[in-house]
This record gives sequence, structure tokens and C-alpha cells, in this order.
Amino acid sequence: MTRAERARRRAGARDPLGLRRAMSDRLLQALIAAMALLAALTFAGARAADGFAERWRSGAESAVTVQVPEPSLTRMALALGVLSVMPEVAEANPVDGERMAELLRPWLGDQPALPLPGVIEVRLRDLNADVALIGDRVAEAVPGAVTEAHGVWVARLAALARGVRGMALAALALVVLIAVAVVAVAVRTGIAARQESVLVLHQLGATGSEIAGRFARRAAALAFGGGAAGAALAVPAFFVLARLAQPFGDAVPTEGLGGLPWDRVPWIDLALVPLAAAAIGWLTAQAVVRRWLARLP
Amino acid sequence: MERSGPVVRFDAVGLAYPAPGGGLGAEVLRGVSLALDDGSFTWLLGPSGAGKTSLLRLMHAALRPTRGAVEVLGVGTGAAPRRTLPELRRRIGVVHQDLRLLPHLSIFDNVALPLRLGRRPESVIAEDVAEILRWIGLDHRAHARPEELSGGEQQRAAIARAVVCRPTLLLADEPTGNVDASQARRLLALFAEMNRLGTTIVIATHSEDLVQRFPAPAMRLERGRIRGHDEG
Ligand SMILES: Nc1ncnc2c1ncn2[C@@H]1O[C@H](COP(=O)(O)OP(=O)(O)OP(=O)(O)O)[C@@H](O)[C@H]1O
Ligand SMILES: [Mg+2]
Repeated sequence: MTRAERARRRAGARDPLGLRRAMSDRLLQALIAAMALLAALTFAGARAADGFAERWRSGAESAVTVQVPEPSLTRMALALGVLSVMPEVAEANPVDGERMAELLRPWLGDQPALPLPGVIEVRLRDLNADVALIGDRVAEAVPGAVTEAHGVWVARLAALARGVRGMALAALALVVLIAVAVVAVAVRTGIAARQESVLVLHQLGATGSEIAGRFARRAAALAFGGGAAGAALAVPAFFVLARLAQPFGDAVPTEGLGGLPWDRVPWIDLALVPLAAAAIGWLTAQAVVRRWLARLP
Repeated sequence: MERSGPVVRFDAVGLAYPAPGGGLGAEVLRGVSLALDDGSFTWLLGPSGAGKTSLLRLMHAALRPTRGAVEVLGVGTGAAPRRTLPELRRRIGVVHQDLRLLPHLSIFDNVALPLRLGRRPESVIAEDVAEILRWIGLDHRAHARPEELSGGEQQRAAIARAVVCRPTLLLADEPTGNVDASQARRLLALFAEMNRLGTTIVIATHSEDLVQRFPAPAMRLERGRIRGHDEG
């Protein structure tokens, strides 16, 4: 027996359905690679948006503050009363005088000579509400009261970040669905190409799991390859993203080998991409083949 | 495993194929009752279209009866759950009328298929396949693909695949249609030898010549009914 013959015999034992030929689809792998790249970037986007939203949430909690000079009990009560009946205000809470003093002690000492204003933290029901209007109405009731909206923009950004994250997750789900569809089409094509052989194997007493397993292993291998290629393509994209995100982060800029921020790439997440692709390929092929076989006795 | 009773039993069996427009078509087998004893040899005769291939399909659980009961090797195929059928099929060797060799595999790999499905070690497979190919005169063609073989050679390869795992029941549909008379005699000798060793055999054929050469009980089908079951 020549070496070629031996190799062919090994192939015959491993791949009796000839799926390496029938399902060698480069197109499938390219599509999976593209989707893996999309998934990696979308996932990174979701993670980044998550981080920003987290960082900004503390700032957004007191979106609006009202300062009441000479905070007598009546003036504070008046201001709170006006705020509480405004429809755009979700919540208005006076900041505890002692906490204020505590916060300011490093600058003002234990017995501040300056009269401290009373501070009311306001949470808005709708971030697009007109803060100037709120300020006018408070000042009308309590002369001298000043309303500041420093937190509104931060809160708006945080809301945006949450929205982006939601969209990213939806996009991720869509990518998974498309991947399932692409694999299903490829497996169906493979079955069609090898229909006679599948029937012969079935007739020789191959079980459903033996036949489905052959298709599933082939689909998983193809999807894994595509997923790995897509994840590799995502690495340079992460370098660029890491650079762009640098000013927002608090991490010290790090430059690794070749001046690239290697430690800013989510290697574990990237490694999960081909594994997830393989799992999708395997499960989809199993489902498609078993459904096809269910027609046979 | 000890079995009591016949290897194959049909009880008032009817078979209808699915009609193209849905539902079932007319019955191609009607009221077929038969029993094949363990170790028997039976000719299945009848004109073209009588239902010989359909009858054999019922015997290896490629089809389930649409009426009546079929029992093969102790398994009632009509009601048996799907997962019990693969094991049954592995104990039955089939030579299809249209051979059904896998075109992308070598003759060796085609013949090795049933053994590999049975998860025999590769060393045993290599020996068993080489032996049967030698017996059937195809050892020099082991690495050829089916399309590179003559019709008769392909037929012999299909027979080799059916017998390589020493089935309990062997069903052959027109197994000598493409070979010359001397090859046909040689194949018949193979079947006779397997039968002598205990395999139950059913061979469907048009060839009266073959039947005369090996007298055995014959079932005659005509338009889906058994017309006679004469002892040969
Ligand atoms: N897959 C099928 N779908 C529908 N009808 C079928 C199918 N296979 C066979 N038939 C019909 O069943 C009848 C019996 O066919 P079968 O193949 O069993 O005959 P046969 O005795 O083997 O004939 P031959 O000697 O020509 O091989 C025929 O009328 C045929 O048209
Ligand atoms: Mg026929």
C-alpha cells in the first residue's frame, strides 16, 4: 500500500460521508469570520458603554442642585414645597447640614465663619426638562435660591451609554441568529450533496447521532476556523479603540511590545468568540440533520 | 442470543408509498403473510413491478408496513421506536438492486463501512475487508473508486459490503443482474456457503436459470400478492 493510499484509507475511516469535500465552503468560513468580527466589536462596544455608564452614574444621581442661602427652616421648606409639586421633578432631598459641614471641613475648619447655604438635590423625571424654568420658579418662591444643572449632561451621557449598550446586545443577538441561519443553509447544502450517502449510512444501521455528529463536527470545525479568523481581525480594531478611549479612562497609558496597548485587548472575550462560533455550528448542524433524519423510518 | 420462532414474519401486511399529492397511494403489497425460518434460503420471484424490492425494504426496516405486522429478528418494525431500528439494521446485510456504493469512497472504504459503524478496530477491519475482497476477486481494485469499476465489479463490491459483517439475515435484490454466468455461479456459491454457516437468505431475482442451479423454496409475488410459496 502506498502512502497516498494509506492516507486515503485514514480519510475514509474518519470521514465516510466525504464532508470535507461536500462542506468545504470557503464562503461559510468567510461569513462566520465577518460575523465573529462584528460580534467581537459589538461586544466590546457593549462593554465600553457599560463602563462609561457605570462611571457616570454617580454623577448623574444629583442631576440638579438648588442652593438656598440663609437656610432657615421656612425657606428650605418653601423651596422643597415648590420643587415637590413640579411634574418634571422625581425627587427633591435636602442635603443634611452636618454632612455638608463634614464635606467642607477641610476648607472651612470646624466652626465655619461663613454661613453655609442649604443644598437640595433634585432628581429629574425627564432629563430633557428645562432646568432654567425650574430655577426661575424656585427663585420666585425663595428669593436668592440658585439652581444648577451640572449633572444633566452627565446623566444624558449615561442614558446614552445605556442605550448604546442595549443596542449592542440586540445587535449581538442578531449576529448569533444570522450565524445560525448561515450554518443551517450550509448544512442543508451538505446534506443535499451527500443525500445518497446519508441514506446508505442510515440503511447500514448508523444511528441519528452518528450521522448528525459527523455533520456537527464538520460544521463546528468550519465555524471555529471562521470565528478564530474574525477574532484575529478584531485585535487591530481593539488597538484603535483602546487609543480612542484612553482620555476617558483612568488607567495609566500603557505601551507594550511594538508600542501597542496589548493589555487593553480583552483576550479572554476574544478567545470565547471561536468557541461560541463552534458551539453555534455544532448545535445548529445537530438540529438540522436530526430534523432531516426524522423523516426516515 | 437464542431466538424462538421465525427470523422474518409478515402478518397480513399491506404497503402503500406516499402519494405525490400527500396521503398514501395505492397499495403495492396486499395481504402478504409469510414466515422465514432461521437458516432458510428463499428465492423471491415475480415479474417486474410485482413488489419484490418493496418486500425486501420492509424486511430491513427501510420502510414500515402501512397495514399488518412485520417482525424481523424479533423486532416488530411497525411499532418499534426509531432508536431501536439501527441496531436491527446492523444485523441485516442488504444488496440493493441499484447497489448504492458511496461514489467518493474507495472500494475498500465502501466495504469497510458496516464494520466501522460497528466500531471494530482498524486492524480487524483491514483483515476482514482484505479477505472478503480476495474471495470476491476484487483485491486488486481495493483502492479504486466505484466509478472506475465495471458494472459486475461494482455488483460484487456491493455484495462484499453486505456480507462483510456476517449478518444474521442477508437480503439480496437482483444480485447477479450485471455479472456473467460463471461469476453468477461463483456468487451463488458464496451465498450457499453463508447459508450453510447459518445465515438466513432471501434473494430476489428474475433469473430462472439461477433458481434452477440452486433449488430452494421460492415465493412468487404478483401485483403485490403472494401467488405461491413452493418448496424447491
Ligand atoms: N419509492 C416509491 N414510491 C412510489 N412507488 C413506488 C416506489 N418504489 C416502488 N414503487 C411502486 O411499487 C411497485 C412495486 O415496485 P418494486 O420496486 O417493489 O417492484 P419489483 O418487483 O422490485 O420490480 P423489479 O423487478 O423491476 O425491480 C411498483 O408499481 C412501483 O411503481
Ligand atoms: Mg426491484
